[in-house]
Amino acid sequence: MTALAVLTTALLTASVALIFFYAPVDADGLNQKIFYFHVPIALTSYACFGWGALKAFVHLWKRREGADLESYVAIHQGVIFGALTLLTGSIWAKVRWGHWWTWGDEQLVLFLVLFLFYCAYFMLRFSVEPGPRRARLSAVYALFGVALIPVSFLAIRLANDFIHPTVFTRHGAQMTHTMFAAFCVSWAALLALAHVMYRVELLGKRIDANLRDLRESLTAA
Amino acid sequence: MRRYAADVAVLARKDLTLELRARDTLPAMLLFVVSTLVVFHFALPKHSSDLAAKGLLWVAIVFTALVGLTRAFVAEREQRLIDGLLLAPCDRSAIWLAKSASVLAFLGIAELVALPAYAAFFSAIGWSTVVAVLLADIGIVAVGTLLAAVAAVSRTRELLLPLLFLPLAIPVVVGGVGASVVDDPGRYLAFLCLYDAVFAIISWASFEYVVTE
Repeated sequence: MTALAVLTTALLTASVALIFFYAPVDADGLNQKIFYFHVPIALTSYACFGWGALKAFVHLWKRREGADLESYVAIHQGVIFGALTLLTGSIWAKVRWGHWWTWGDEQLVLFLVLFLFYCAYFMLRFSVEPGPRRARLSAVYALFGVALIPVSFLAIRLANDFIHPTVFTRHGAQMTHTMFAAFCVSWAALLALAHVMYRVELLGKRIDANLRDLRESLTAA
Repeated sequence: MRRYAADVAVLARKDLTLELRARDTLPAMLLFVVSTLVVFHFALPKHSSDLAAKGLLWVAIVFTALVGLTRAFVAEREQRLIDGLLLAPCDRSAIWLAKSASVLAFLGIAELVALPAYAAFFSAIGWSTVVAVLLADIGIVAVGTLLAAVAAVSRTRELLLPLLFLPLAIPVVVGGVGASVVDDPGRYLAFLCLYDAVFAIISWASFEYVVTE
């Protein structure tokens, strides 16, 4: 774990260096640099949601107890990265189009829907008594999430036709090789960061559970 | 297969009989949807377009469905009816299908009042809106019934259902409003069919995990 954390720090440092010193400044100016954070954060968030749904599926299918906690922690990380996506997206929209929020950016609207959906996931989790039943309910809801992602994406595409006719293109030109390299390193760094955070939170939650068991057995004795 | 259909029919008839005797869900939905439309009349400024009213029709439909869904598992929960249902020798998904069918019937009746009322209060409704409403109803009750069962076992119950349901209802609203306002509604109706199929299958398959103790 320590090695992983060190690697993540190195990757993050490298990506910041690449973004600001290696990748060229394009026609958009400096504010385009947020692209190297915004898009990888969004993709990392999808990865977390996907991982959470996979663990939920494993929980329901194989009836593996521990998968519930893993699914919850993955979705928690996904929501943290999702909130960051909304934040960085808003900043970008403000600089680029002059508004804090734009309904024309499909990615951003999709994240708002997902953010609401996964916030409800936490509401559900905290209003059911801990136990196998809560684990199953959470798993079912998490599986709804993976179906919601493509369906909402399609819906937002369709909605743009009658709500917001202009479609903003994210880049005027294709990415150059150097930009793509910086983008990939940044994405790798954020995936590693999400992984480390996932492991740390999982460890903490497991220690909590073990402590609780220990305390219960002590009071019983 | 025939056995399954018979189970569903019996369970759905039970819900409809209960409603006929107690009469607490359907009148509430009818009154709610008409009151909502009246509120919308005052919410829209004088010269707003018909398109804005079309959008509000969909808000009324989604919230009326929520009223019905909130009541869907009340008897199961308060009178411990669910224990009896789970002991019955039938597939658990039949409970979901029957409950969805009865909620669909209530919602359909509420819309039989709501759509003419909308036409009288606001503007005429085309066939594409009617088809979209029918398709949307299926998706709404499929997802909504499963989530109502989820909410029924939580501490916060009625409070939780709208929170769980509304993010999932956004695509339905997109499909419905799209089909009501554009000239060529084919794509939106197809999208509603896709939504119905995807979420009906997931709800049908996962209901067992929700109700098992």
